[in-house]
Amino acid sequence: MAVVDHKTFDTNDADKEGVSEPSRTGVYWAVGLILVILPAFTGEFILSDIVSRILVMGMIALSLMFLAGYGGMVSLAQLTIAGVAAYMTAVFGTSAITEISIGLTWWIAVPIAIIIAMIFGTMVGALSVRTEGIYTIMITLAISAAFFFLANQNYDIFNGFSGINQVLPPVFVGVNWGNTIPFYYLCLFLAAVSYALVLYVSRSPFGLALQGIRDNPRRMAALGFNVTAHRIAAYTFASLVAGVGGVLMVWMNTAISPGAVSIAVVIDVLVMAVVGGLGHPVGAFLGAAVFIILETFALDVLETLGLPGERFQLLIGIGFLVIIFWSDDGLLGLWRKWRERSAKRDPLLGDLEGDGK
Amino acid sequence: MSKFWERHPFWSLIIVLVIAVFIWAIFAPWPSGITDMFGRKKVFLNALFSGVTLGALYFLAASGFTLIFGLMQNVNLAHGSLYLLGGYVGYQISIATADASGNVVNYTFWWLLAFVGAFLACAIFGMFLQYAVFRRMEGDDLKQTLVTIGISIVAADLMLWYWGGDFYTIATPQWLAGPTQLPLATAVKSSGDVVFLKYPSVRLLILVAAIVIGVLMWLALNRTRVGMLVRAGVDDRDMLSASGVRIQRIFILVFAFGAGLAGIAGVVGGTFQSLAPGEDTSILLSSLVVVIVGGMGSIPGAALGALIIGLAEQFGSVYLPTYAPVLTFVIMAGVLAFRPQGLITSGR
Repeated sequence: MAVVDHKTFDTNDADKEGVSEPSRTGVYWAVGLILVILPAFTGEFILSDIVSRILVMGMIALSLMFLAGYGGMVSLAQLTIAGVAAYMTAVFGTSAITEISIGLTWWIAVPIAIIIAMIFGTMVGALSVRTEGIYTIMITLAISAAFFFLANQNYDIFNGFSGINQVLPPVFVGVNWGNTIPFYYLCLFLAAVSYALVLYVSRSPFGLALQGIRDNPRRMAALGFNVTAHRIAAYTFASLVAGVGGVLMVWMNTAISPGAVSIAVVIDVLVMAVVGGLGHPVGAFLGAAVFIILETFALDVLETLGLPGERFQLLIGIGFLVIIFWSDDGLLGLWRKWRERSAKRDPLLGDLEGDGK
Repeated sequence: MSKFWERHPFWSLIIVLVIAVFIWAIFAPWPSGITDMFGRKKVFLNALFSGVTLGALYFLAASGFTLIFGLMQNVNLAHGSLYLLGGYVGYQISIATADASGNVVNYTFWWLLAFVGAFLACAIFGMFLQYAVFRRMEGDDLKQTLVTIGISIVAADLMLWYWGGDFYTIATPQWLAGPTQLPLATAVKSSGDVVFLKYPSVRLLILVAAIVIGVLMWLALNRTRVGMLVRAGVDDRDMLSASGVRIQRIFILVFAFGAGLAGIAGVVGGTFQSLAPGEDTSILLSSLVVVIVGGMGSIPGAALGALIIGLAEQFGSVYLPTYAPVLTFVIMAGVLAFRPQGLITSGR
């Protein structure tokens, strides 16, 4: 199997300059095929603790990427929005904390949770788009912190520090979706749908208008676009993606506690999105993959480097700084840079040769 | 101020009323009806003083943050790390000459030296950051902010490595350790004796020091040549640099000063709270909220915001325990909804 994978990627490398559609489609098929047949030759641990986590965190990073990459709004509230969906799944569904959980079946509780997360996300958007640019980071960070402290201290809805546990994925059409392999396919399906949806929306008239607003809000306003409404709608859409990710997050851990929505994790999601690259939806999953693989194997990596094993944050921080210093757009940017450097350039125009110009 | 009164007579009236109610509640003995509703006056006065002194700490931390932001448009999310670094450095200085049982000869001197040392350490670190890092990515706000996040992750882990996860508290000098009796009555005993409020001296001293620092900063910004250059830079740094001012020097100076203030705040925080990993984020968030509420880039705004947030946190934790963090958030949301530029705006 490995040989075949390798070949597919080699083909892609060979015609990297053309970026012709067939090769890209080929990559999609190859990656999709690998992901679909992955359970056949990986263990439980890799599937549940690495790949499923990558997909779930990737979805939350994807919603950040959508706002930052297409909307120009770096929102640090996306994990918090996912956290709202996760808490609401626990509150409206079933859990071990019977005083809090209402106990609705999952197909009522989950839509309610996602809708509440979307309402919350829209409100966050409405507040933060009132100021411009760099202020968004400050405001959304403050909102995330407020939610964390609220969840930590409130026992009526959020059950305080210990959170809500025993939030189990449903048993549906005879399958227990909490088992490793079904849960993996659930994550894979929803991540693929979110990915395709984000790509689709980015090419829709709405997405194009949003990118126009990112580049020049004043001109778009002069052209008759309602800048504020577009930005808030972008938040609503991103909240949908984050909300679905949040539901998967609570099912994956079968619990939700304030620690899952703390500032450290908020920053982790930002690191994932930025390290992967904000230019394309695939960056979010790429970043999540790098982050989670590093996190899992940090002990080994650090010990080979001769550092104490618990210095994972140091590794992440330095890696993050290196990526920011060296690349304009995370790993995707590095890839693009490397491709351009290795290609022959027209000496006068600087265009890539064979670009059809 | 008279202009504000003319433009917003309604809001002025409400502000005056709120202040009047506060002054009445501070000085007058409380009738029993109010005691039944709000608890004892002592609780209220304690919350008030804790709020104001907490506001002093927030002001010290947030004024450096807002100064840096106002001039360089750099959202310095490593500000909390500077605060924690200052606190740790101050702690090390305060115990530098301690003997085996932890006694320090002439402790007051070392305690004061801790402030100076923390200021210098953070100022040097800040200068290094501005000179080596931020100067290279000027104008790219997002990149600068991301870099500050990266630095704060690295700094937090390095500090955790060196100082560990323990709680540190910087001891208060002997002569400041006790309470001071304030001329404010908390209750009247049945025998007719008046009970006065007692409050820790060190907190009162720090409050006074914060006010003095604030006033000095205002004077430095408004009455000196360097202050004039800084204010001009806040308004239009391109024009300032085009008129021949070496703006990079001013940037380094302001960054060093703002970082140094964070260091001083760290020693203050270490004296009346404690230092531990995680304090960096919590003070950063308080500074963010203070600056958003007060107005970004404005020193008077930071003072007002710090006072409001400090009071809201303390009164919230006394009267609405489970919803205290939300109270702060509601204030921030309210300000954003009605006055997105903050209560006091700077410059233009």
